[in-house]
Amino acid sequence: MLPEEIKNSLEAEISAVDHPREMVVDVMFAIQEHYGHLTDEGVVETARLVGMSPLEVEQLATFYTFVYREPVGKYVIHVCDSVVCWMNGFEPIKAYLSEKLGIQYGEISSDGLFTLLPVCCVGYCDRSPAVLINKKAYGNLTTEKIDAILEKLKIE
Amino acid sequence: MSAKYPQVLFQNRQPDRIATLDEYRQSAGYQALASVLKDFAYKDVRQEIVAANLLGRGGAAFPAGMKLTSVAEDAPFPRYIVCNADEMEPGTFKDQVLIHADPHMIIEGIIITGFATQAEHGIIFIRPEYERAARILEREIIVARNEGYLGQKILGSDYSLNIMVHRSAGRYICGEVTAQINALMGRRPSPQQPPPYPTAKGLWGLPTVLSNVETLACIPHIIRNGEQWFKDLALTESGAGTKLFAISGKVNRPGCYELPMGVRLSEIIEEYAGGMLEGSEFKACLPGGASTCFLPPEHYDIEMDFQPLRDIGNRLGTGAIMVFDHKTCLVGATLNLIEFFARESCGWCTPCREGLPYIRDILRRIENGEGRDEHIPMLERMCKHLWSAYCAFAPGAVGPVQSLMKFFGDEIREHIGQQKCPFK
Repeated sequence: MLPEEIKNSLEAEISAVDHPREMVVDVMFAIQEHYGHLTDEGVVETARLVGMSPLEVEQLATFYTFVYREPVGKYVIHVCDSVVCWMNGFEPIKAYLSEKLGIQYGEISSDGLFTLLPVCCVGYCDRSPAVLINKKAYGNLTTEKIDAILEKLKIE
Repeated sequence: MSAKYPQVLFQNRQPDRIATLDEYRQSAGYQALASVLKDFAYKDVRQEIVAANLLGRGGAAFPAGMKLTSVAEDAPFPRYIVCNADEMEPGTFKDQVLIHADPHMIIEGIIITGFATQAEHGIIFIRPEYERAARILEREIIVARNEGYLGQKILGSDYSLNIMVHRSAGRYICGEVTAQINALMGRRPSPQQPPPYPTAKGLWGLPTVLSNVETLACIPHIIRNGEQWFKDLALTESGAGTKLFAISGKVNRPGCYELPMGVRLSEIIEEYAGGMLEGSEFKACLPGGASTCFLPPEHYDIEMDFQPLRDIGNRLGTGAIMVFDHKTCLVGATLNLIEFFARESCGWCTPCREGLPYIRDILRRIENGEGRDEHIPMLERMCKHLWSAYCAFAPGAVGPVQSLMKFFGDEIREHIGQQKCPFK
């Protein structure tokens, strides 16, 4: 069950807007923030909070890139695979991450810390190749830089 | 950086932080808003923007003034003004740079545009990848409200507007106007074919003006300096204003540069982007994002403005220039672009949902050394079918494919003839 505190604050936010369903993405994000991903129960809870059917919420949850309907690691690494990063070598970057973390796209590393997913252009084309980790962008990537970033995240 | 040309949108740009409210005010920020609220009827604002010939900077080049005048005088209330900060066109990062440079310029642009249509609600729609920019905007909206620029009775006038930041959960199609409106209403972000147009029946069935970040940021400057000044900024006769060019790829200094509309491509690459990388020769570029067409070397000197690009069958799009060199395989590049479009297609209509994977599979075969001569006419036929899709997504997506066949047909035939990618 979603903790009362989160539920209350969401209910307060929803009651302040004209149309509850305009909050659906915010609610999905808030529940995802709590559980790490949007759980089945979270879909039903979102639907109840914003006055939509669970099916409508599911339709959105599976449509959007940043709503995770399956468990993910603590850090979700989105590898930009659009054309500028393609030109500047996202493929070796992805291969290096896969090898180092022992995972393919959609999987969780054995320590539970990392998930790899693709993403389209993150607007870091002037610092390409780039990845996005928990919505923070890292650019001009090299294998050394990746090592340093992963080490830092592991300590946090 | 671009000392040769006036800096308008980037006049307060710093390398590592946003311009504060005070810095923005020192550069005459919020003066346009003050004069509009004091001396302008809302219709005058519309006329000023129509006269300035401001074309939308988000990719579609729709006349911004015409959009405003299409909100009928007797249209119902409340009305909405939406700032499109979804910027998901591959290669494009200008709006992100602008938000990080001068958020108040965008906020002022939204307020003045809102006033021009008498909107009560302002929304900034932003992609999740731009979380930092979203936080900057939220914070600076509060700063603006505390100074009386937002909220009830702005600067003592009768006009009231609030702005909220709406975070998207990320899909390319959300950048399309009608899809974005659906997204804002918590619906599946499928596009909706007009009529009704959003300016008549948009968000919650009410009049909605939706404009790109850069377009809105131009508006305070037009109001303050006049339409003639704005037109004179451009180097071309038909053009108006400056343009934020985001350049990337095989150049020495990829980045975002504010230059006059109509500046030559060669000048952008050589003077501002520091020229091609050592050992690289210019082979082609996409002049305005992933849904424009490959531009071959014969147009290297083209004036970067809407009309000159239209004249050669291309588009200025978002002004995001991606430069490819002679060592880059354009079949591979096109395959990557189509993989993007096939993944991002919303799936609503058949030509787009089914046609893009079909094109992707053929390109993949050609790139992987399994191409056959008949693949070329198959590609041509399918590209034509995609023009009958429901929205502009699919015609944009085939831009690179059709221009690849038109200008770099030899490269495709080499792949087929050698049964491998000649660049590998």
